[in-house]
Amino acid sequence: MSIVTLNSVSKSYGTVPVLREVSLALTPGEVVALIGRSGSGKSTLLRCVNALERVQSGKIVVDGIEVTSPSADLRKLRQTVGIVFQSYNLFPHYTAEGNITIALTVVKKVPKREAVEIARAALERVGLADKAASFPHQLSGGQQQRVSIARSLALSPKVMLFDEVTSALDPELKDEVLGVMEGLAAGGMTMILVTHEMTFARDVAHRVVFMHGGRIHEEGPPKKLFSAPETPELKQFIKRIF
Amino acid sequence: MFQTFNWFDVLFLLKAAGWTVLLTIVAFVGGSLLGGIIAVMRVSALAPLRVAAIAYIQVLQGIPLLMQLFLTYFGLSLFGISVPGFFAAGLALSLHSSAFLSDIWRGCLESIPRAQWEGSAAIGMSRFEQLRYIIVPQAVRVAIPPTVGFIVSMVKNTSLASIIGFVELARAGQIVNDATFQPIKVFGTVALIYFALCIPLSILSRHMERSLARRLNVHRNVELGI
Repeated sequence: MSIVTLNSVSKSYGTVPVLREVSLALTPGEVVALIGRSGSGKSTLLRCVNALERVQSGKIVVDGIEVTSPSADLRKLRQTVGIVFQSYNLFPHYTAEGNITIALTVVKKVPKREAVEIARAALERVGLADKAASFPHQLSGGQQQRVSIARSLALSPKVMLFDEVTSALDPELKDEVLGVMEGLAAGGMTMILVTHEMTFARDVAHRVVFMHGGRIHEEGPPKKLFSAPETPELKQFIKRIF
Repeated sequence: MFQTFNWFDVLFLLKAAGWTVLLTIVAFVGGSLLGGIIAVMRVSALAPLRVAAIAYIQVLQGIPLLMQLFLTYFGLSLFGISVPGFFAAGLALSLHSSAFLSDIWRGCLESIPRAQWEGSAAIGMSRFEQLRYIIVPQAVRVAIPPTVGFIVSMVKNTSLASIIGFVELARAGQIVNDATFQPIKVFGTVALIYFALCIPLSILSRHMERSLARRLNVHRNVELGI
């Protein structure tokens, strides 16, 4: 039984197609890495899963919620599917803890005291318990990104989306973020990640999906995909990366 | 025979300045309430609301305040509603300032990065909650200097209400001048009173900007030296 199902999803910006008949299904606990050149549609695909982008045709279902239906309950969907962005998107006028409690008190109507407890636990989980009172500008990029992950986790999502979350970080800060993600994956979280970290994709993902020209061009277990790519496009892509 | 400009005249001018202040407050409060709604409509996701807001702003910004004053004052009496000058002036100035304030605030709302909308949408906030908790609190700080700047110009714009016979500071100056015919002394005093009304606003603006910067902890502009 899959928790995320994309069925023949297509999307275009004006006359430019970005996704062409993409179908993908994830079982609970599965970690899928989306790789491909920029402009191949991987980020768009990810953003369609929690309805930040609308699709023109096809169907997306997440944990029983029909994302592509015009009457989809976005509030419920976004508590079910967390997303972390490349640019962190923390709220500068709230502390690390405030960034998390505002999500809980406003969206989930959790009482303030309880929200603080959940926020502390979420920060603990990403190794930032001591930074609860810090404002985003007082944190490093890696710390901000971990707060951002904690903010998503606090809503107890069933699926997590990661959109190039380490791309804006210095190499030495990437590892702390990747470490948190690895822990999540090990804990059984269903994850879709768009990434350029091929080593991470190879070690952590259960399946790697190579996108090219808005389509799923090739997919499979990471070891097979990286060691024996079938299509010339993937061969070339891998040759450039490694 | 003319009387000479004396302390009683100054007192008369100061009393009239009270009306200027009151008119400014009415125009600001009225303009803020209306302007706030128009600003939110202007950034709405619904096209008809946006179009309505744009039309409102364009029409009111395209008509001189003087015409708006005439239209409210004489227009209302055309419908058999005879209104006191203060009411007509307050209404016209409120409408006028709502158009400008909403445009100023729209710019402030739009200056908040898209990432803030996305980040708050991604945690399940509704459009209203995004504005209420994420966008407006950040936009307020950006809005203070231009808003106070606009209030300062509004203090001076209230002088136009003299044209419909309302005795505020400028009209009081005319009256005193008609009696004394000492224009330099009279209008010099009037100018000084206007100046004394506007200066504290500018100081207050700078003060509020600083204290809000501390409260909101927006570091970015401090680093840029703004």
